[in-house]
Amino acid sequence: MVSEAPVAVTALPANAGNASFLGALRSEFTKIRSVRSTYWTLLTLVVVMIGISAAACGGAAHAAGQPGSHVQIDNPATISLFGLILGQLIIAVLGALTITSEFGTGMIRTSLATMPRRGTFVAAKALVFAVVTLVVSLVACFGAFFLGQALLSGHHLGTSLSQPGVLRAVIGGALFLTACGMLSFGLGLLLRHTAGGISAAVGLLFVLFVLWQIMSDSLPLSWQGDINRWIPFNAGSSIWRTGAQGGGLHVFSPWIGFAVFCGYAAVAIAGGMYLFRKRNA
Amino acid sequence: MIEARGLSKRYGDTLAVDNLSFSVAPGKITGFLGPNGAGKTTTMRMILGLDEPTSGQVTVNGKPFTKAAQPMRQVGALLDAKALHGGRSAYNHLLCLAQSNNLPAKRVSEVIGLVGLTEVAKKRAKGFSLGMGQRLGIAAALLGDPEILMFDEPVNGLDPEGILWIRNLMKALAAEGRTVFVSSHLMSEMENTADHLLVIGRGKLIADCTVDEFIAANSQQTVRVRTPQQDQLTKLIASAGGTIRDSGDGGVVVTGLDVSQIGDLAYDNAVRLHELAPIHASLEEAFMDLTASSVQFHAGVPGGADQPVLTGSGV
Repeated sequence: MVSEAPVAVTALPANAGNASFLGALRSEFTKIRSVRSTYWTLLTLVVVMIGISAAACGGAAHAAGQPGSHVQIDNPATISLFGLILGQLIIAVLGALTITSEFGTGMIRTSLATMPRRGTFVAAKALVFAVVTLVVSLVACFGAFFLGQALLSGHHLGTSLSQPGVLRAVIGGALFLTACGMLSFGLGLLLRHTAGGISAAVGLLFVLFVLWQIMSDSLPLSWQGDINRWIPFNAGSSIWRTGAQGGGLHVFSPWIGFAVFCGYAAVAIAGGMYLFRKRNA
Repeated sequence: MIEARGLSKRYGDTLAVDNLSFSVAPGKITGFLGPNGAGKTTTMRMILGLDEPTSGQVTVNGKPFTKAAQPMRQVGALLDAKALHGGRSAYNHLLCLAQSNNLPAKRVSEVIGLVGLTEVAKKRAKGFSLGMGQRLGIAAALLGDPEILMFDEPVNGLDPEGILWIRNLMKALAAEGRTVFVSSHLMSEMENTADHLLVIGRGKLIADCTVDEFIAANSQQTVRVRTPQQDQLTKLIASAGGTIRDSGDGGVVVTGLDVSQIGDLAYDNAVRLHELAPIHASLEEAFMDLTASSVQFHAGVPGGADQPVLTGSGV
């Protein structure tokens, strides 16, 4: 390489170089599309969503095909979206990673030394992640839905988007995934650590739900309903459920439940943002 | 122009930066000097708004950097060449930085060419050597055609060619009228590059002057003398107020008198001199003298009188 004095840097026009929210959005889009982890997690999400739909709906169709079977399915849309149970964890990984990789790699110092407005930085990052996640999640949910219904329709068990609540459930699945990602993003911002952020998100989304399933039977029925609907997974999943819900327990209506779930994500993000603005980077 | 007033930063019980006030003027290279742990990096982090000062403030062109409308046009900083996502290519790394400040994308290829990384621009940064990483960091700092450049220990770990390259680059940037603020714990490096010096020790400012002033003010002038009439000269120098120590090679080193005083003294008293030479103290020595009391982590001299390497006394 050359060791003689380098050429002078060419001057930029005086009006170039304004940091703006739009610029921050473009910057964050470049960041998210230029690392491999984005592609791997999103590809895994789509494969898992469609794969689980195939397994669940294919299994139901197979059972229905047995001689003398009287299989009735009252929530075919929800069955084709069962992949969301695993999908929420996959998107939680990407949500946490989107922000914690800045801290883990030290990139945060370079990011903030070039774009020192922290609120703008986090807002742009969160928005870009949310839009990318929503788009891919819509593909995954519609893919899972159509494949599942195709498998079920052979036995006239399927449903279509024109049935009540079905379109809401499929789009709701994508919204649910996006909110899961945002919750995890918020936890990552709070904890600034990839493993910590992912663990916290998995704990809230999945472990809490499983623990509740185990423990709830020992509680009086009147308490069960009151607590049950506030469990993050139960609140959030109400938006992608159709037909009878909650095993007889009182649950939130789809949009109220989803609003509660978004509330959890908002608390995590607001807490993370509060600390991020105060902390040393 | 960087201006700090009463800048302090406390981490727990440690006062990393202690009431610093200084300004860094454009058009020259200001060396920011101090032993490891003196608070150089912390000060630079506060300039960039990465750390919030415990008290006092620091402004860039009259405003806190976090309020700058054009951050990259104002300051290009290289604090840590490893502060990037290694999975991203050099080009994309620079592109995302440029986009956040709405800088034209062609600027990215331009600075990549400038630092000589064109051939590896599409490669992921995690495979880069230390020198390549440093060049990438400098490319990032130059992206915004900034008024102020700030480098934290830029030559650390570089080979001689890389050191020369950075040194020339800093000189070229200062010659263009930019402010160059560069930290180092190596005096020898500053001696070759800096015009002005800010010296800190234990978070406190201990000197703010030109390099020449710094040496003159902080090093004792010494003179090397050789004479066949040693006893006679020793007495003369002692009576004139100088002190003598044996240089170990048949001569003596005199402090307290300059070359002309010693020459005159010898001439007046008919003492022959075989050698009479001023010893120019280097910046390194001046720095060591000045910061001797403010080094945070003192290492004992191995085998030194006060601290044997291995204590022979058994139990």
